[in-house]
Amino acid sequence: MLAFLLRRLLTLLLTAWLATVAVFAVLEAVPGDPALVMLGVNAQPDTLAALRAQMGLDRPLAERYLRWTGGLLRGDLGVSLTYARPVADLVAERLVVTLPLALLSLALSTAAAIPLGLLAAARRGRGGDWAVLGFTQLGVAMPSFWIAILLILLFSVTLGWFPAGGFPGWEAGAGPALKALLLPAVALAVPEAAILARVTRTAILDTLGEDHVRTARAKGVGRTAVLLRHALPNALLPVATVLGLQLSFLVAGAVVVENVFTLPGLGRLLYQAIGQRDLIVVQGVVVLLAVFVVVVNALVDIACAAVDPRPRAEG
Amino acid sequence: MPNRKPCAALAILAVGAALGALPGAAPSWAQVRTDLVVGMALEPPHLDPTAGAAAAIKEVTYANLYEPLTRIDAEGNVVPGLARSWTVSDDGLTYRFTLRPGVRFHDGTACDSADVKFSLDRARAADSVNAQKAYFAPIASVETPDPATVVVTLSRPDGLFLFHMASGDAAIVAPESAAANKQKPVGTGPFKFERWVAGDRVVLVRNPDYDGPKPALERVSFRFISDPAAQVAALKAGDVDAFTLFSTYEALPEFRNDPKFTVTVGTTEGETILSTNNARKPFDDVRVRRAMAHAIDRPTLIEGVLYGNGVAIGSHFPPHRAGYVDLTGMYPYDPKKARALLAEAGYPDGFETTLRLPPPPYARRGGELIAAMLAEVGIRARTEPMEWAAWLEKVFKGKDYDLTMIAHTEPLDIDVYGRADYYFNYGNDRFKAVEEELNRSQDPARRNALYGEQQRILAEDAVNGFLFMLPSITVQNAKLAGMWVNRPIQANDVTGVSWK
Amino acid sequence: MTVRRLPLSLRLGLVLVALLLGVALLSLVWTPFPADKVRVVARLRPPGAGHWLGTDHFGRDVLSMIMVGARNSLSIAAAAVGLGLLFGVPLGLAAAALGRWGDEILARLGDLVFAFPAVLSAILLTAVLGAGAVNVVLALGLFNAAVLARVTRGAALAVWRREFVRAALALGRGPLSVTRVHVLPNVAGVVVVQATVLFAVAIVNEAALSYLGLGIQPPSPSWGKMLGDAQTHLFNAPLQAVFPGAAIALSVLGLTLLGDGLRDWLDPRQRGESGLL
Repeated sequence: MLAFLLRRLLTLLLTAWLATVAVFAVLEAVPGDPALVMLGVNAQPDTLAALRAQMGLDRPLAERYLRWTGGLLRGDLGVSLTYARPVADLVAERLVVTLPLALLSLALSTAAAIPLGLLAAARRGRGGDWAVLGFTQLGVAMPSFWIAILLILLFSVTLGWFPAGGFPGWEAGAGPALKALLLPAVALAVPEAAILARVTRTAILDTLGEDHVRTARAKGVGRTAVLLRHALPNALLPVATVLGLQLSFLVAGAVVVENVFTLPGLGRLLYQAIGQRDLIVVQGVVVLLAVFVVVVNALVDIACAAVDPRPRAEG
Repeated sequence: MPNRKPCAALAILAVGAALGALPGAAPSWAQVRTDLVVGMALEPPHLDPTAGAAAAIKEVTYANLYEPLTRIDAEGNVVPGLARSWTVSDDGLTYRFTLRPGVRFHDGTACDSADVKFSLDRARAADSVNAQKAYFAPIASVETPDPATVVVTLSRPDGLFLFHMASGDAAIVAPESAAANKQKPVGTGPFKFERWVAGDRVVLVRNPDYDGPKPALERVSFRFISDPAAQVAALKAGDVDAFTLFSTYEALPEFRNDPKFTVTVGTTEGETILSTNNARKPFDDVRVRRAMAHAIDRPTLIEGVLYGNGVAIGSHFPPHRAGYVDLTGMYPYDPKKARALLAEAGYPDGFETTLRLPPPPYARRGGELIAAMLAEVGIRARTEPMEWAAWLEKVFKGKDYDLTMIAHTEPLDIDVYGRADYYFNYGNDRFKAVEEELNRSQDPARRNALYGEQQRILAEDAVNGFLFMLPSITVQNAKLAGMWVNRPIQANDVTGVSWK
Repeated sequence: MTVRRLPLSLRLGLVLVALLLGVALLSLVWTPFPADKVRVVARLRPPGAGHWLGTDHFGRDVLSMIMVGARNSLSIAAAAVGLGLLFGVPLGLAAAALGRWGDEILARLGDLVFAFPAVLSAILLTAVLGAGAVNVVLALGLFNAAVLARVTRGAALAVWRREFVRAALALGRGPLSVTRVHVLPNVAGVVVVQATVLFAVAIVNEAALSYLGLGIQPPSPSWGKMLGDAQTHLFNAPLQAVFPGAAIALSVLGLTLLGDGLRDWLDPRQRGESGLL
């Protein structure tokens, strides 16, 4: 187990490092000069040169990469070229939008998916099962940004219950802030819930076939009790695994959904930073996201390995 | 102390409510609001107008937070700013500014001639990062004979010097705070910075120590809403009281029909053009450029892109300025004639080309429509959307393009057609000769005649597709007074705004 | 009863996909109006007799745009999946055949691709290469290649462990020959199912990129761009935001049903375990 963990940690670090190189290389290839973006159409060559020097863009490529990774190792993500503020501050500021958004949609999708999965498993092959399966197929088929637009159409434009976009900030109070986050969270949660409901259904059906569950049933334990007390707890592990894997899809979905709702989250920061050629911000955010995804995947792997040693032996 | 204020305000409100309840009492003064939320499409990257070209910086800070020596008022005139008055020597080389006495920066430090010298010298220094450094290039020296006097000596006469010194790029800042202005702006204006909720809004509050007339508003928030649907919703819900440079044109009929709102349509300095690479084949042939001019149906374009809220132009000059010549009839919409001209130029079957489009919606939408119009006469233009950064680098700086669409928003910028290295790749000696005379001439009538001459040359050469003027549209609460209608400079000057 | 009954999901999926293909093919020869015909005076018409699904903000016929959009959406997804198959399957097979070091390198490259969510890397790549259909295909193809390589490798490894492969190796067959004769036919089913799912994912991702303005360029219509344009007209033409989205959802539904059904049909033991991604 220890050897496996070490190996996993090593590959994790290797992937993270490769990610920084890839991001740096890609951003070097992107056309566009952040100094020109700042100074606009009337910028003079000497002013541009002065600003480029101020931004440190006049240094050789390798030096800039080394300086940036050096900072990264010390936990310093650098200073944004456009906002003139530490990237860590910007990220922290945006995380208070994106993190609650992700957690809210995760909570919503789990809260919807587990009862739906249970229902479908309990009524296997009957109307309830078909209804849930139909919902899951549809839920996966609808892109989250379309769901977002439909939600805006219904709840903002037609009914006027929720804002169509923007974020008042947490200091406006939890009520208005959550109100602004609810529609985007639902938009992200629908496809997640669809996937999770299917996984829950399948996992419960699998456990229902296992010996201890059959024994319980034979001992005269009721259907519902078997489902809740025996099948569900055993089914939670695969559900949790999928939940972990879905986190990275949630991150990607947030980039688009935050744009639909103009939420000042991490995804929007990233999208705008790409537009402004704020390389330092893009590098910082992308590497953070990549490390997040890699760590989550590694944790899922390790969790799976801890429970079921087979894949390790095979690989 | 700050904690006590809301209590006092509440007490006043209570008294006001009591007064309002008295029979026959006049509308209570306490009911008049003193806060304002202005909606804008784009968020500024930072709040230092002396170190960035983004219009949003000036739209938040100009005249509200920072003051230059001179200012531009709602009608586009140069009026006193930080300088109470000034004199110009007969040779046009020496400007003597007298500053308002007792001006203080928001951090409490005094603002005197030394700060003015610091600001101007900083903008023209070798390591200056001022986006309009050229404005300061004529300055030879800045002297400060006393704390209230600044003497600026120019190396050559500059008819637009006072105009340029009124721009946000010439804001007067203090040596103590200039470096931190991007995040914590410190100026001398009637409003001071309170907070910036990133991604959402910047809040300014009334500066109690302002030496000039106090604004009617106590608190002004600038909210940044880029999504059209969210803009409309925010206005309807009353989350924003006014939206400036409103570009969700399709929603205007609704607001016009609603008595709660006032919609004003004013002018900007934004000549919107189909920029054409005059050096590249086949656009080096004037017949091809004229064919394109005949192929573009401007009224339909204005209807399709601006929902009719724009004025067509026939050259690179705004119709609201003195010196304007109406040349919109020179190339009437005529696809047949366009085809004939193309055939004459050797392209009877048209040709393939690329239309590179920067991000603003008028460009993306307009480009799509123009491509469809050009296709009608056989010019198959492939649209290629570009991010702002890539557009600046490739099209504007690299001149690597066939066609592009953009609004030129600098005031009085017809002179760019005389620049040899400008991205149009256009050169005409006659135009340059007129430009030289214009630089020497001080007589307004003569200057206007010369501007007219320049407009005619550009129209004859069909240098670019001259399309329309971007409108300055404000949707506002009907009870709001004093919002600017026109946009002679990038600004949301709210110092004169009040509630009725 | 020698022929197995086709699963319901497979039948439903086939119907939807056939419909999608039919519409796309029909658009080659007939649309109610030219999809790029601009008529500003006829803009934002509601659905009615002349324009069955109404017109967009430039007066173009929405039904015609959706029909041509189906063609564009399918061709981009097909190209992206094709690219993925072209590179992903050989890489996966090679990884399984090479063992330790080759396998390790390919796995790390895969990790690298998966470290960035697909839409995100596509946004970054289109920033480098420029917007447009070809570059979207490249960006999505990269992601598909990584997924298919991983899936192929997993399936191929399982085959390599089976008796007949060992027997073939013992008989002196080289790894290339074993891969061609034994491994490839046995992983084909899994690859086909995965490709179907990726096809659906590609349709969604293309729509997302076009929604952000990075995908298919006008005058070629794209469902994603239609949604983006419609979003600014939610107040006066709400239905414009419904039709293109429904087109995307129905296509994806058809493809996922097809994928699920194929999996059930090819491997009945796995019935009901159809994971979605």
